Amino acid sequence: MGLRWDLMWKVLPSHLEGAIVTIKLTAFSVFMGIILGTLLGMGRLSRRPVVRTLSGAYVDFFRGTPLLVQIFVVYMGLPQLGLRLSNWAAALTALSLNSGAYVAEIVRAGIESIDRGQVEAARSLGMTGSQTMQFVVLPQAFRRIVPPLGNEFIALLKDSSLVAVISLEELLRKGQINVTRFYRPFEIYIQIAVIYLIMTKSISFLVSRIERRMKLDEHSLAS
Amino acid sequence: MKKLNRLAIILTVVLFFGASGLGFAQEVLKVATDATFPPFESVDPDTDECVGFDIDLIKAIGVEMGAEVEILNTAWDGILPGLINGNYDIVIAAMTITEERLMAVDFSEPYFNASQVLVVRKDDDRIKGLDDLTGMVAAVQIGTTGDLEASEIKSLKRVARFNYFPEAFMELQNKSADVAIVDLQVALDYMKNNPEGAKIVGEPFTQEQYGIAIRKGRKELLDQVNQALAAVVEKGIYDEIYTKYFGVN
Repeated sequence: MGLRWDLMWKVLPSHLEGAIVTIKLTAFSVFMGIILGTLLGMGRLSRRPVVRTLSGAYVDFFRGTPLLVQIFVVYMGLPQLGLRLSNWAAALTALSLNSGAYVAEIVRAGIESIDRGQVEAARSLGMTGSQTMQFVVLPQAFRRIVPPLGNEFIALLKDSSLVAVISLEELLRKGQINVTRFYRPFEIYIQIAVIYLIMTKSISFLVSRIERRMKLDEHSLAS
Repeated sequence: MKKLNRLAIILTVVLFFGASGLGFAQEVLKVATDATFPPFESVDPDTDECVGFDIDLIKAIGVEMGAEVEILNTAWDGILPGLINGNYDIVIAAMTITEERLMAVDFSEPYFNASQVLVVRKDDDRIKGLDDLTGMVAAVQIGTTGDLEASEIKSLKRVARFNYFPEAFMELQNKSADVAIVDLQVALDYMKNNPEGAKIVGEPFTQEQYGIAIRKGRKELLDQVNQALAAVVEKGIYDEIYTKYFGVN
């Protein structure tokens, strides 16, 4: 059985359309995830037990249950409680909430990785707790957070394919539709895989550029 | 040890070719279906077995062929690729014979006349027929005739394609879709179980025939299935099954 190259060209435009949807989904969800995750990550280290417990429970729930289940709950479950979201809104909500939990752990690890001595030094210089966080801990933590954040971005881009099940036509769904039209899964899914690969490689390229830039900053500060 | 190794290799080779269908002996007929499409095929929650019109029919055909029927519940979007790959022998899944599908697989003689209908929520009076679909969202199962038809209706705002038909009905009930497009019998079965929820509007708007799909190049199997199907009809077994699921013939 030969490959049908003509089919590869035929399905490409619809797959690129799907890829754009995938990029939109991922970019928005990562953005929301970073905001949510930073708050939750700091919440995990809060002095107040209530904040700590709640942030911990949130992270546990969203990291401990499958994203696919979360998508179904948001899209198919919530309408029963009177909250009906469009498939876009449901997809963005589920992906953002899920990403927030993973980013929270990254942020927490980043903050905890800063040597305690630095906090003690800052405090003995007369800085307040929040000044210490803002001027000493977070700038250094941020540098360490970037690489795992890049990984999270890549993971979310791949996981965004799960929203195919709620009829959102992102990259994978476009492929599934084409398979039910042309019955040539190999050509179609390989093409989909290559498009995903191009997207994830682009992200890792961007992330490594940012990392390098920040390393340079560090050197210029030191000298 | 050497002997054992050789034996293992021989066994592997035999199993491999056996599994790939070269050694197909007519005793077991592997049948794929997508059991989310009652009354044609669904999973009986009490027994976990596949049941339905198609299942009864293919079992009757199996008896005629002298073959044991093994039912494999398979997702719809991969059901024909799986047949083409040789994962099973035939597909019986309320599948309409279309020109596109005929390019990929062979079909038995038609065994059921079907058509697509519009299903809306009971309290919704906006849609009376195909002309009222402008700006509406249609829920369908991916790759079904309903999907193919809906994809041709350009006035629709969007076609929401789901993996399984019950999800499309849920979409309708959740008011995320305005209309579901599905085979008449499936719509009737759904309404029987949810009399409050939905109604059929307009006339059935396609004329279709279901066929049993068989991989291209398996002429012998195709002939056997056709002969068995003819015998099942002749002996009145088909009518019995029909009456069981659809009442009056």
